[in-house]
Amino acid sequence: MKTMSVMEAIREAMSIRMREDPNVLLFGEDVGKFGGCFGVSAGMFDEFGPERVRDTPISEGAIIGAATGSAATGLRPIAEIMMDDFITVAMDQLVNNAAFMHYMFGGKIELPMVVRTVNGAGVNAAAQHSKSMEAWLTHVPGLKVVYPSTPQDCLGLLLASIDDNNPVVFFEHKIAYGEKGEVSSFDPIPLGKGDIKKEGSDVTIIAYGYQVFRALKAAEQLEKEGISAEVLDPRTLYPLDKDLIAESVGKTHNVVITSEEFKRGSYAGEISAFVAEEMFDSLDAPCRRVCALNTPVPFSAVLENAFIPQTEDIVNAVKAQRE
Amino acid sequence: MDVTKEQMRHMYRTMVRIRKFESNAQNDFANGKIPGFLHLYLGEEAIATGVCENLNKDDFITSTHRGHGHIIAKGGDMKYMMAELYGKSTGYCKGKGGSMHIADRDLGILGANGIVGAGQDIAVGAGLSCKYRKTQQVCACFFGDGSTNQGTFHEALNMASIWKLPVIFVCENNHFGISMSQSRHQAIKDIADRAAAYGIPGVAVDGNDAMAVYEAANEAIARARKGQGPTLIECKTWRWRGHFEGDPAIYKDPKEQEEWVAREPVKRFREFLEENGVMTADEMDKVDAEVDQEIKDAVQFAEESPLPKPEDVGKDVYTDFDEEVRVR
Repeated sequence: MKTMSVMEAIREAMSIRMREDPNVLLFGEDVGKFGGCFGVSAGMFDEFGPERVRDTPISEGAIIGAATGSAATGLRPIAEIMMDDFITVAMDQLVNNAAFMHYMFGGKIELPMVVRTVNGAGVNAAAQHSKSMEAWLTHVPGLKVVYPSTPQDCLGLLLASIDDNNPVVFFEHKIAYGEKGEVSSFDPIPLGKGDIKKEGSDVTIIAYGYQVFRALKAAEQLEKEGISAEVLDPRTLYPLDKDLIAESVGKTHNVVITSEEFKRGSYAGEISAFVAEEMFDSLDAPCRRVCALNTPVPFSAVLENAFIPQTEDIVNAVKAQRE
Repeated sequence: MDVTKEQMRHMYRTMVRIRKFESNAQNDFANGKIPGFLHLYLGEEAIATGVCENLNKDDFITSTHRGHGHIIAKGGDMKYMMAELYGKSTGYCKGKGGSMHIADRDLGILGANGIVGAGQDIAVGAGLSCKYRKTQQVCACFFGDGSTNQGTFHEALNMASIWKLPVIFVCENNHFGISMSQSRHQAIKDIADRAAAYGIPGVAVDGNDAMAVYEAANEAIARARKGQGPTLIECKTWRWRGHFEGDPAIYKDPKEQEEWVAREPVKRFREFLEENGVMTADEMDKVDAEVDQEIKDAVQFAEESPLPKPEDVGKDVYTDFDEEVRVR
């Protein structure tokens, strides 16, 4: 048992695999001596050297393209895109190429690659450095999308992502980097398996990424008001652990989904549609979504706080659902 | 230069294979046997041939939407290619890719690619892999003049140059980006000049001269294998057909077309081989007849092959599970 932050857990997972497998390498903007924009790879340059912890020019398309080409030819690259906002620049390489290659080529080429990228609002970074783009990627056949919350989940799921033979997009929330937790296992956690972060009987709050921490606080408050909330963290967005959701909803009969995405076209909407299509008869009330607003992420703290789906918004949604 | 007569004979066979494969595809498309979009390599055969003759089986290539010639030159099997064009389950991609997405990892073919310029970044990744694993492999990256205006071109040449990657950037300047002539889509004449921006060698050669292409590629590949980094080779050529089959190419100047067709690569290579005593006309005719038979066999294989099963639509999205399919 060891206490680690989310950031340390991510660094540990990369380091474990890089020590074991010389074909695993990390590249991206400023990941080398500088240690990455948030410090995630700090110290790795000293341990693994410039070939394996490799700085790239500011060329997101070429970063993803280089990951694709090197994964197709024997390496297991981890490519870091500094902010998920910048993934738009590399979208062609990720969508038209990495995601589709295995299918287009009839299974001839496998791409064991991970794209790590940083999500989320809360640091006054405004519209181009704060958003949550997971729905852009869960939409695409051929990609697996992982968005864990706790240090233990970050470590285990990143190990599994590196081990996977498909392109995996691995989201990290910039606010969550400092969250600490107990890490007891250094084994991979299979992709596609969710986890109940808190058991409850009245409502299932489905949350992932940093929203898990907000949902847990919401559940605490709700408990005081006599509402028993279960917090379900799918951890992997695709493939989604539908069985765990069905099990939980079968017990609670109410679902609130929270994510930090723009509400319109969100992955939260996809989960909501799945629950409505396949579990309608189990529901006591319609699903509710607690997402960010449909605005660009604003700069000023007052505006940004109004934009972010907060703990109280989750509490309010659960209560409103029961009225 | 160390090219052997055997290699030159092999190059002739490769060029004829490409020419006849493409001519057959043109007819089969016109007759409704090949569906979808078809981009033919007719007139550009010398480039894939001259470059790939220098490559080993375990070297890599990235290709384009106009990729049949590259696949054949890298050793692709025309039976599986034809079956793929026909959309059959025995095709290279099991009928999931078609003309624009043929790949064969065992031959180092990292895929034809329907996105203009996308292969350039992928080639950088392959080059990184070769250098990182300390093999002597290289990656030849084929692309057209139109793609040199994409951001990928700049990103890829820059990244390959700073890391001195063993990538050979082969620009097939066929003078058109779809309908837009080179003189309209860029202000330069020699794309090879752009190499200067990345501090790498850039050479322009007659892309309809198989030996000129071979020599330029030979030198670039030798540099790459020695760890001296990438080279940009511009091969000047001409696309005989429209951008795709069905494009009437009204934007072409008929006089220019006539001049380029007169400089056609297969005929020129025949003359070269005969003049230099490498092959006689009879020997080359024999190759032509053998390739005719290969094409017939490939077509027969494609025609007799089964179509994919509808339930296979959900396979190969991922390596480890199938996607749900519609139940009817």
